[in-house]
Amino acid sequence: MHYTSLAIPTAEDLLFGSAPFPLTTRSGMVLGGGLVYPELNFTLPPMTIDAAAMPKVVQNYRQIIDGALTRASELYAPGVVIEFETLPPMTENPAWGLEVLHVLLDGMKREADRTGLASVLRMTPNDNREFERPPLMRRGRYWEAMLELFDKSAAAGAELLSIESVGGKELHDDALLNGDIAASLFSLCILGERDMRFLWTHLQQIADRHGVKCAGDTACGFGNTAMVLAEQKMIPRVFAAVVRAITAVRSLVAYECGAVGPGKDCGYENPILKAITGFPMAMEGKTSACAHFSPMGNLAAACCDTWSNESVQNIKLLGGMAPTCYMEQLIYDCRLMNTARAESKAAARKLQCWMVNSDVALDPQAFIISPDSSIKLAQAIVGADSHYHAGIAVARVACDLLSTAHAAGKVRIAPNEIHWLDTMREDLDALPEDENAFIAEQIARTDPAKFCAAEYGLTR
Amino acid sequence: MNDLLKSLNIAVETGKRAEAKRLTQSLVDSGMKPLDIVEQGLVPGMSAIGEKFKNNEVFVPEMLIAARAMKEAMIILEPLLAQAGIKPKHTVILGTVQGDLHDIGKNLVGMMLKGANFGVIDLGTNVDPEKFPAAALEHGAHVIALSALLTTTMPAMKTTVDAIRASTVKGIKVMVGGAPISQEYCDQIGADGYSPDAASAVDLALRLVGETR
Repeated sequence: MHYTSLAIPTAEDLLFGSAPFPLTTRSGMVLGGGLVYPELNFTLPPMTIDAAAMPKVVQNYRQIIDGALTRASELYAPGVVIEFETLPPMTENPAWGLEVLHVLLDGMKREADRTGLASVLRMTPNDNREFERPPLMRRGRYWEAMLELFDKSAAAGAELLSIESVGGKELHDDALLNGDIAASLFSLCILGERDMRFLWTHLQQIADRHGVKCAGDTACGFGNTAMVLAEQKMIPRVFAAVVRAITAVRSLVAYECGAVGPGKDCGYENPILKAITGFPMAMEGKTSACAHFSPMGNLAAACCDTWSNESVQNIKLLGGMAPTCYMEQLIYDCRLMNTARAESKAAARKLQCWMVNSDVALDPQAFIISPDSSIKLAQAIVGADSHYHAGIAVARVACDLLSTAHAAGKVRIAPNEIHWLDTMREDLDALPEDENAFIAEQIARTDPAKFCAAEYGLTR
Repeated sequence: MNDLLKSLNIAVETGKRAEAKRLTQSLVDSGMKPLDIVEQGLVPGMSAIGEKFKNNEVFVPEMLIAARAMKEAMIILEPLLAQAGIKPKHTVILGTVQGDLHDIGKNLVGMMLKGANFGVIDLGTNVDPEKFPAAALEHGAHVIALSALLTTTMPAMKTTVDAIRASTVKGIKVMVGGAPISQEYCDQIGADGYSPDAASAVDLALRLVGETR
């Protein structure tokens, strides 16, 4: 493993607004350097995206950026992160993505010139590789178009590069629905690890070429899919919590390849990654209910360095357009955190304590990313000798933490979920020690129509 | 016979594959009609686990285990049903609309429909609008079920409904679902029914074909 010790070894120091290795942007914002910044993400209202609709698409994004940044200036935000997460057609047709990117960058420059508002843009091309079935992970038109968009965006001024990569997802959805922890480990720690290493090596080359930063990835399509399924009562919450712990092994690979944060907002595994890497992290919680529900709206902010809303449609609310409303909400949340930090570390810790204690006992998924749990899970990961063994180790620790906390009355677990902890432990105990044996065993279970081993450098 | 059927109900509900297979074979050997075994032995087991799922007593993995037990039993029954020229009473064409790759919800709906003895033709994800009516014609389907999870692929759902209505397939019912979809949107695009979740999709499909559970 690249990381063998923790950058933040104690829960007391795993705190919002500060990271051991902060990131300074071209506009002078220091992410993880003492302030929490709002990070706004947005999407289109229901509409078709094609060549004919592009003027309307552009008009939407211009309205979003102008409205949101004007409000940010009016509220004296110390700086903002703007995330542009493309929609699938904008990655497939890089020219469309770039047209929107220029609109956003122009808007950010206009506001900087007008009011001095500092900002930085995070570019997150939608990972379209799974449009091919089975997905082509290392070649083909989707891969080529995605890299072109990354490259031209970095050249155009997108300073932070991110992605919600999908390597391994073609098998993980079934792993979730089957409650199959071994298949989840295979997707995340074998396939995800290999795909991330391949992908982020390329992204780092692009970043180096243009003098920009690789920020980070997220296991959104894995951990958040599990969270949403648990929220819909499709799968047990304890299962989603253990999967969340394992996702940290996958997302860590971006940092092993050179990413420096802030980690992507929807990576609820980010507190574990912050403890390991010391890089700043974006998080989202209560202000992302516009995109999806979560059981950790307050706790999620405990260790954040930017605070995000995940994604909101550009629709009219009573207060104004939704992205503008969400910018205001994020700014107020950040103000509160920054005021606590400005008073003292003890005050910040007190606020963090309230954030954590308000959620931690009510859901296993909240419990598992609390600062205390994050440090223990991070230790399990850096103590392993491979990503496969790290996945097993962190899953075991997650099961143990949940069992112990439940027995002590510190976390609520529904009666029909408790037996799942034993089931997962039994499944983990049954896994082969040897990684190659595990890979052969798992590949034999896969459907060649859904999954191509060669795309991950493996053989069937 | 009744005891065997009751045991088969329980074997399916609790996902005991070998037991379900053994009991099905016993019922076949005793001379019971294959369709009766499906309707009285397998479907009630799936309905029971479906009810528990609806009541939040169990999760999808438990449902899938039950579905696999039913599948094992169907391996014995399908050739006999085909021999007797018996097909599922109703067939559903299922798919995620063009431009959208999400398939978890769609797959769950498919599993639950199969458990209620619907014939299910799953066209997959990112499906061209014209493929739905074409498949409906080919398979003599009674319902088309459309899924979309992105606000930007909702228009493809309307395009698909338009393509179905403009096709030569007449009288077919269209049901829709997915995170951004609502009853209002369903009405707006001229679909026949909206299901807010996979668990309710079977009830909706039954209602659309004029049956109740």
